[in-house]
Amino acid sequence: MAEQKTSRRKFLNFIIGGGLLGWIASVVYPIFSYLIPPKIPEAVVNSIKAGKATDFPSNSGKIVKFGRKPVILIRTDTGEFRAFTATCTHLDCIVQYRQDIKQIWCACHNGIYDLNGRNVSGPPPRPLDEYKVNIINDEIVIINELG
Amino acid sequence: MKTMAKNLYGWLDERFDISPLIDFMSKKNVPVHRHMIWYYMGGVTLFLFIVQVMSGILLLFYYKPGADSAYESMRFILTKVNFGWLIRSIHSWSANLMVFFAFVHMFSTYFTKAYQKPREITWVTGFVLLALALGFGFSGYLLPWNELAFFATKVGTDIVGAIPLIGKPIMMVLRGGEDVTGATLTRFYAFHVAMLPAIFTVLLGLHLVFIQRQGMSEPEELARLPEGQKKFMPFFPNFVLRDAFLWLVVLNILLFLAVFYPWDLGFKADAFASAPAGIRPEWYFMFMFQTLKFLPGHILFLEGELVGILFFGIAGITWMLVPFWDIKKKSESNFNPMMIIGLISLLFIIIMTIVGYLI
Repeated sequence: MAEQKTSRRKFLNFIIGGGLLGWIASVVYPIFSYLIPPKIPEAVVNSIKAGKATDFPSNSGKIVKFGRKPVILIRTDTGEFRAFTATCTHLDCIVQYRQDIKQIWCACHNGIYDLNGRNVSGPPPRPLDEYKVNIINDEIVIINELG
Repeated sequence: MKTMAKNLYGWLDERFDISPLIDFMSKKNVPVHRHMIWYYMGGVTLFLFIVQVMSGILLLFYYKPGADSAYESMRFILTKVNFGWLIRSIHSWSANLMVFFAFVHMFSTYFTKAYQKPREITWVTGFVLLALALGFGFSGYLLPWNELAFFATKVGTDIVGAIPLIGKPIMMVLRGGEDVTGATLTRFYAFHVAMLPAIFTVLLGLHLVFIQRQGMSEPEELARLPEGQKKFMPFFPNFVLRDAFLWLVVLNILLFLAVFYPWDLGFKADAFASAPAGIRPEWYFMFMFQTLKFLPGHILFLEGELVGILFFGIAGITWMLVPFWDIKKKSESNFNPMMIIGLISLLFIIIMTIVGYLI
């Protein structure tokens, strides 16, 4: 009889405890799911036009919108165009072209990339992704070849 | 009049039994000694928190969150609203002073060893309150939606994202998406005006109840004296009046700073502009920011930033648990390990902060 009682108590504790855990999960799960932002479908951008090549001075750079991402477009001393993702690989700041050192510089933590996008000094761990730049009828066209 | 007050007291006492509480307060003593000045630092921090709550509520009357309205509403507060510039400036200055006094309070508690038994949990709640205060600072910094705040938030949330496994999901929840956008601003607004104040108030209540219940800690040199030689002053009214006087002094300093050095609004945030030169976080994050700046891209097989984040994470938790691993000084030796650890930590923070402003 006593044995039966303890096993019955065990059973009830299990049901009540399990029910309580289930109840907590049913409250916590929707809250956490709510906090995770839903994915917003992004229009796939493969190429953009960035103005007239003749209007773009040598030894300068500017940030252009590539879909929702910033891209840095640079015209070197020799007149060559280069484009890289403008987001620093270190901590997400937006880089800029420095005319004095002729390199790409991130103001946040003093990271420096050369004109091939390679991280040459400071904290950045990886190079910047490169974009292809074509000049079509004097129009600068930036193309994402990585897809 | 006097009988009315007495009647009211009697009426309340009959229902809530408050005389033991009054009795407790009136018998409460504060030890008098040469390190007494540190007892006031927590009180000053509390006062500045009250200022924060009041000025923050006033700002809520005009502030409009949102990428298209936040900066504009701040400009409206600063240029059009009567005394808007003053309320905003007080809120910014008081926030900085509050964090400063919280640090002073924490280090004075550490060096006077007030965290030792029986005050372990008071220390832990205090540490969590400081962490929440930094959270207040970080989230509030973004709300004007200016350039500096935008990049500080990008960096700060990206640091969270570098934590292995859990970092990315936490970053997504903080930012409300992949990047820092208007969605981030909405979330930070919710943290700053609702979530953090609620949690902070509960912990602050606990922290204060603990202090009232246990009384002020006596430093070792005073605790060693025989009972007859110890000096005390009554908590009420002597100590409370001194507290009130200091609050008044701090209020005057705060108003002086807010009036003569009003806080800048800066330029509106632009997601497609380069980070401006000379960008830096608020001073209380400077030592961490500067350390991250010094770390190379890779340390052994790990990314430099990850090493920095792990270091500060572990150091923070170790600091929070100080009462539980406290190394007792050997009575005959002059070597005091906790003092050395504390001094190294404090010097590290001070030197890195100064270096951050010089370079």
